[in-house]
Amino acid sequence: MATILVFSERDEVAWQLLGRAVELGREMDLRVAAAALGPADLRGYANRGAHTVYTSKNEQLQAFEASVYAEALSQVAKQAESTVILVGSTRRGKELAGRLAQKLGAGCITDADSLEVKDGRLVCTRNALGGATVATQVITTGLQVISVSPGVGEPVESPETAQVVEVELALKPSPVKVVARSDKGQDAVDIEGAEVLVCVGKGLNRQDDLEMVEELAEALGGLVACTKPLATDEKWLPEERVIGLSGKSGKPVLAICLGISGQVQFTVGIRDAKTIVAVNQDPNAFIWQMADYGIVGDLYEVVPRLTAALKG
Amino acid sequence: MNIIVCVKQTVDLQQVRVRKETREPVFDNVPLTIGNIDKNALEEAVRIREKVGGKVIAVSAGSEQLADTIKEALAMGADEAILVVSPEFEGADSGVAAAALAKAIGRVEDYSLILLGEGSADNYSGQVGPRLAEILGLPQVTYVSSLEVENDTIKAVRNLDDCFENVEVGTPAVVSVVSEINEPRIPSVTQILKAGKKPKEVFKPEDLGIEITRSIDTLSNLAPEQDRKRILFQEGADKDVASLAAALEAEGLVRR
Repeated sequence: MATILVFSERDEVAWQLLGRAVELGREMDLRVAAAALGPADLRGYANRGAHTVYTSKNEQLQAFEASVYAEALSQVAKQAESTVILVGSTRRGKELAGRLAQKLGAGCITDADSLEVKDGRLVCTRNALGGATVATQVITTGLQVISVSPGVGEPVESPETAQVVEVELALKPSPVKVVARSDKGQDAVDIEGAEVLVCVGKGLNRQDDLEMVEELAEALGGLVACTKPLATDEKWLPEERVIGLSGKSGKPVLAICLGISGQVQFTVGIRDAKTIVAVNQDPNAFIWQMADYGIVGDLYEVVPRLTAALKG
Repeated sequence: MNIIVCVKQTVDLQQVRVRKETREPVFDNVPLTIGNIDKNALEEAVRIREKVGGKVIAVSAGSEQLADTIKEALAMGADEAILVVSPEFEGADSGVAAAALAKAIGRVEDYSLILLGEGSADNYSGQVGPRLAEILGLPQVTYVSSLEVENDTIKAVRNLDDCFENVEVGTPAVVSVVSEINEPRIPSVTQILKAGKKPKEVFKPEDLGIEITRSIDTLSNLAPEQDRKRILFQEGADKDVASLAAALEAEGLVRR
């Protein structure tokens, strides 16, 4: 029986995807399979909704390298008779998706924000034109590779235990040698799950002034996030706080945008917020198109007063 | 050492507007350009050439206007260009782009490095680099924030979701870069004038045996609906802040 195959080098992402795969499998009449390769927590996959979990002890899988993992997954996909392969849209997942799709002669969509079955076809949405639009797309090849954005599925607990199949894989060593790895030492904030985000952009003059922004976030019970330049150019905030096309997307009930002009590369990350508030000096800034409420003014004037008003 | 840089012709995204009634993007009179991250890849290639010599060859597949668009890359320092031109490349998916680029790269006898951006400015799929590497049977090193080439070894730092990874790989390889790798130069007027005279080879897909087979069908491409209140508080003094705070409280957004 044909399968929908799920893989992520991060177990928790794979388990989320399996939750969605179970629903899609039911609608598309596909059995759900997972690939738990290399250092994956094989036991953790037992009751996540997969009918079969493919695993391998091949030593080339000890560390993730895209070309090796693409080869491994192409062999697993053949054995599993997969017609749909879902991978998590991490950076590693995306580089894997492209290579795997090419190897299998498959069409591929990356960063899919939603997956729905319509008239028997798997319909994906993803950002296009740098975030200005949302494209609704289908893959027209018999085999499809899709990398799926975080938050699309929820892990499930299944009473049935997956059948574990150990596969023999023929893999060559990776040509890429990893000489060092350093963790980013992230502060483990959940920007994507935050109820309130206080976002700050180039309107901020100095790193020290973040304190004022943090006070506002605290008064609202929210988290501080930022536009890309504040993290990658100025390095005032860590990269996992970046909102936008090359950063995170959230669905907060409230997003406050301070000193942010509102280019789509940023707004794509907060446009699903229930309420958007903007503070900006430029009365013609694009952010006003996106805002429910706003004050045209200097954020240095407005923010402390707003914090005080909210504290009551 | 020859370096190939893959660039993509896109509409200037800053100038794309959305038709309010239909939410469709409007491309009328929007100029074509090359993507921002493509410029980072070009800049990196030019910097490496300045150190170790050789040639930087820009490779691209695009519309009939590509010979004009590519001048931007030549002005930034690419020495020559290999172009595949067809109206069918407009809106084509990553599989089509990778197949065309691979054939164009096949025209270059000797190269050590294929550089490109982590994703194109418009579609940002991130697939072309890995697909190209697979077609050409080369190693891939993606999301690179720092790059060095010494003799036949590429040393790179990759910026991944939760870590930085220092890797080494022999040449040739496909390397995709992130925007923080460098600050692309702005070409001088002389460079812009010279760009038109640099050598360009222009092919049609059939010249290189490229078959354009799309694997993605786009059903719609619309701006997301934004139904915002767009209320500005402009009373000045402290009144504006009080009104905003009251509005947020009325929406149940203030925790007391």
